[in-house]
Amino acid sequence: MANLTINGKSITVDVEPDTPLLWAIRENVGLTGTKYGCGIAQCGACTVHIDGVAIRSCGVAVSEAEGKQITTIEGLANGGTLHRVQQAWIAHDVPQCGYCQSGMIMAVAALLKEKPKPTDADIDDAITNICRCGTFQQVREAIHTIANA
Amino acid sequence: MNKHVSPAINRRAFVIGTAAVGAGLALGLDIPFGGPAVVRAADGSPEVNAWVVVRPDDTVVIRIARSEMGQGSLTGLAQLVAEELECDWSKVTTEYPTPGQSVARKRAWGDFSTGGSRGIRSSQDYVRKGGATARVMLIEAAANEWKVPASECKAANSVITHTPSGKTTTYGKVAEAAAKLTPPAEVKLKDPKDWTIAGKGLQRLDTADKTTGTMTYGIDVKLPGMLNAAIKDCPVFGGKLKSYDEAKIAGMKGVKKVVKVGDTAVAVVADTWWHAKTALEALPIVWDEGDNAKVSSETIAKWLAEGLDNEHPAYVGNKNGDAKAAIAGAAKKIEAVYNYPYQNHATMEPMNATALYTADKCEVWCGTQNGEAAFAAVLEASGLPAEKCDVHKLMLGGGFGRRGMTDYVRQAVAIAKQMPGTPIKLLWSREEDMAHGRYHPITQCKMTGAFDADNNLVALHYRLSGQSILFSLRPEALQNGMDPAAFQGVAQSGEAAFGYSVPNLLIEHAMRNPHVPPGFWRGVNVNHNAIYMECFMDELAHAAGQDPLEFRRKLMGNHPKHLAVLNAVAEKIGWSKPAPQGVYRGVAQIMGYGSYVAGAAEISVTDGSKIKVHRIVASTDPGYVVNPAQVERQIAGSFVFGLSALFYGGCTVKDGRIEQSNFDTYNSMRINEMPKVEAVMVPSGGFWGGVGEPTIGVAAPAVLNAYFAATGKRIRSVPLRDQNITFA
Ligand code: FES
Ligand code: FES
Repeated sequence: MANLTINGKSITVDVEPDTPLLWAIRENVGLTGTKYGCGIAQCGACTVHIDGVAIRSCGVAVSEAEGKQITTIEGLANGGTLHRVQQAWIAHDVPQCGYCQSGMIMAVAALLKEKPKPTDADIDDAITNICRCGTFQQVREAIHTIANA
Repeated sequence: MNKHVSPAINRRAFVIGTAAVGAGLALGLDIPFGGPAVVRAADGSPEVNAWVVVRPDDTVVIRIARSEMGQGSLTGLAQLVAEELECDWSKVTTEYPTPGQSVARKRAWGDFSTGGSRGIRSSQDYVRKGGATARVMLIEAAANEWKVPASECKAANSVITHTPSGKTTTYGKVAEAAAKLTPPAEVKLKDPKDWTIAGKGLQRLDTADKTTGTMTYGIDVKLPGMLNAAIKDCPVFGGKLKSYDEAKIAGMKGVKKVVKVGDTAVAVVADTWWHAKTALEALPIVWDEGDNAKVSSETIAKWLAEGLDNEHPAYVGNKNGDAKAAIAGAAKKIEAVYNYPYQNHATMEPMNATALYTADKCEVWCGTQNGEAAFAAVLEASGLPAEKCDVHKLMLGGGFGRRGMTDYVRQAVAIAKQMPGTPIKLLWSREEDMAHGRYHPITQCKMTGAFDADNNLVALHYRLSGQSILFSLRPEALQNGMDPAAFQGVAQSGEAAFGYSVPNLLIEHAMRNPHVPPGFWRGVNVNHNAIYMECFMDELAHAAGQDPLEFRRKLMGNHPKHLAVLNAVAEKIGWSKPAPQGVYRGVAQIMGYGSYVAGAAEISVTDGSKIKVHRIVASTDPGYVVNPAQVERQIAGSFVFGLSALFYGGCTVKDGRIEQSNFDTYNSMRINEMPKVEAVMVPSGGFWGGVGEPTIGVAAPAVLNAYFAATGKRIRSVPLRDQNITFA
């Protein structure tokens, strides 16, 4: 059993303490926007926010996430208003297959909170998610659009 | 709002109006454009024809048979239908017909296969006719109602106007009557220069859900009572499952069943996938690995190298004059040997499928590039007839050719069949996905070029040795044993024709098929042929003491379309002016999938081993551009795919199995490694080429040629990871 706070809601999940947060979110909580790509903290598809910081949830045990604020892609929008990263993603038509984009958006949202006007070098340092479709150009353009808004 | 409706969210079945159930997959393509019996969508709205449903509120539902996997053709195909339909684009939605419905209606939607950059080019003609036919019928229905000649009416933006009287109505109001009309025998399609919806960089129809986590991929399927399966197939291709010790995992949390899958694999079924995977890892398994366990990258390389020797037989794919004689008598000749490795598709979403089997039906939910092939796999694996099976296509988290295969579909059905009534979601771990790819074929190539005394290229011998995809996957397509696709990009003619005129030319393939299963890997045989040919062109230019661009141009007089894209990149990158201090350039061109493409790169190199790519220019002539914004993304994405392959993408074989297991050993480019791609589109019209794949071919040789310009060193082996060369 673990008590998790996900997208502002307190949820008790029946899992072993060493279950990766990713699988608890996907299978026990049922929020499937957070994706599995590698399971070894390499690809970033599973990125969520833990206390506002972008974290690869496949590498975090639920026991480590207890008592913390977890935000998934489903909780990024503010009610009916999409987060500005989501809005920019739509305006720039960033996703191709889209499978990496939940993680990409969560990573970018965390970056912008920390650095509202990131340089290209900041983007290069902070955004290390894999995108096999190769959407990097649109990702970069969308980030700059938000920063310059 | 524009939206693609995913079947897991809205599983609407069509009401079939004609009694064609039971038709087999072998039926020929006979695409109907409507008929006397009104066919209705599940919500009761009439189909004007198979492609177009119009709801009373004027919403237009466009059916898309090809799969969306990120390449954007779902939107492009909808644009083509909407263009001819003259409908209001803001009211367009799309949905996938299922392969089962298509078969039941004599393949009403034609080919579902989405590979070979064919999504748009191979269906543009009939989907446009689908839109045009529906428009004519809608206009006729309005004219009938008004009792005026249809010729006095016109349609625009889903509104029909009777020009003399100014009377108007909308598509939604006349759709019911239109659906009852006999479709016109002939329709005239618009000249692309008059397009207003197609040809424009409209936004994709599938973006919004991809930004909120609500898009349903195969991995996200949830069905009542569903269990999850993790699988291990014999790591040595061709090996078998000998035994496993189920008792060792008895009592592990969540485990429901351990099942054998065919002769080669074992799966654990549990309440969650995490439990299934954890138990599978603890399960002792004994494999019967067989003789293939003795194979390694070294033994494969040795076998392929033998094929480079002229003593061995080879299939001739392209020939002109007598290359061997001309080389023997030449004033000067140069020779080089290149090689290209196995590569995994590494789609972001690992393979998965969900199957529900009962005694009288078998349904599968999955991402697939070929709905009909998946459907056929379900029939075969379930043993049930066509009318009792179906496949519900979901969004693909990447395809790249891998999801044209049906191995994961068969496995899911094989497991579900052992647990009737329980939906089973089979998901491969990334490790399983790396171990059981359908890999980019492995090849080597020996090239010999010969010059006359004036440094004119008089002969070229291109001898490829290695694996044939068709031999393994489509043997019926071999021509007297020869794999014609092996010559993609260097073929005599056709959609992947060689772009140079050489008086004495011999292009041949010594086929060598190791046990590692090959597959269609985005770009396919164009990828290695482009590296071999375009890097060697550079070597030839250097040997002749000529500028690589000028050297190529002299050989391209008879290939104006190849030349035009090459010229376009040369101009854009500023080839005639020097590159910035410390920056070096390379170019490459190729034809593939009916399109002409070229690329140019500017790079700098530190210590001979650290490459920074500063600039990429890429040019494409695909004939017509249906959505320039998406074509631009395909071009840029192709460079990411091609450069990931060049730098990181190699699968090596040890003890008969693939050594790489995840993204830590099989890396992929990140944003910091990728510059902006400046895309130059030069559609010249008159033909339809594909865009998802051809550009991948020029990515690697453009950078490798720039590397030579920077260092004076030729790299003839991919990936650069194994040469200790990486991104700066
Ligand atoms: S799934 Fe967590 S980083 Fe890849
Ligand atoms: S959009 Fe497909 S992997 Fe990033």
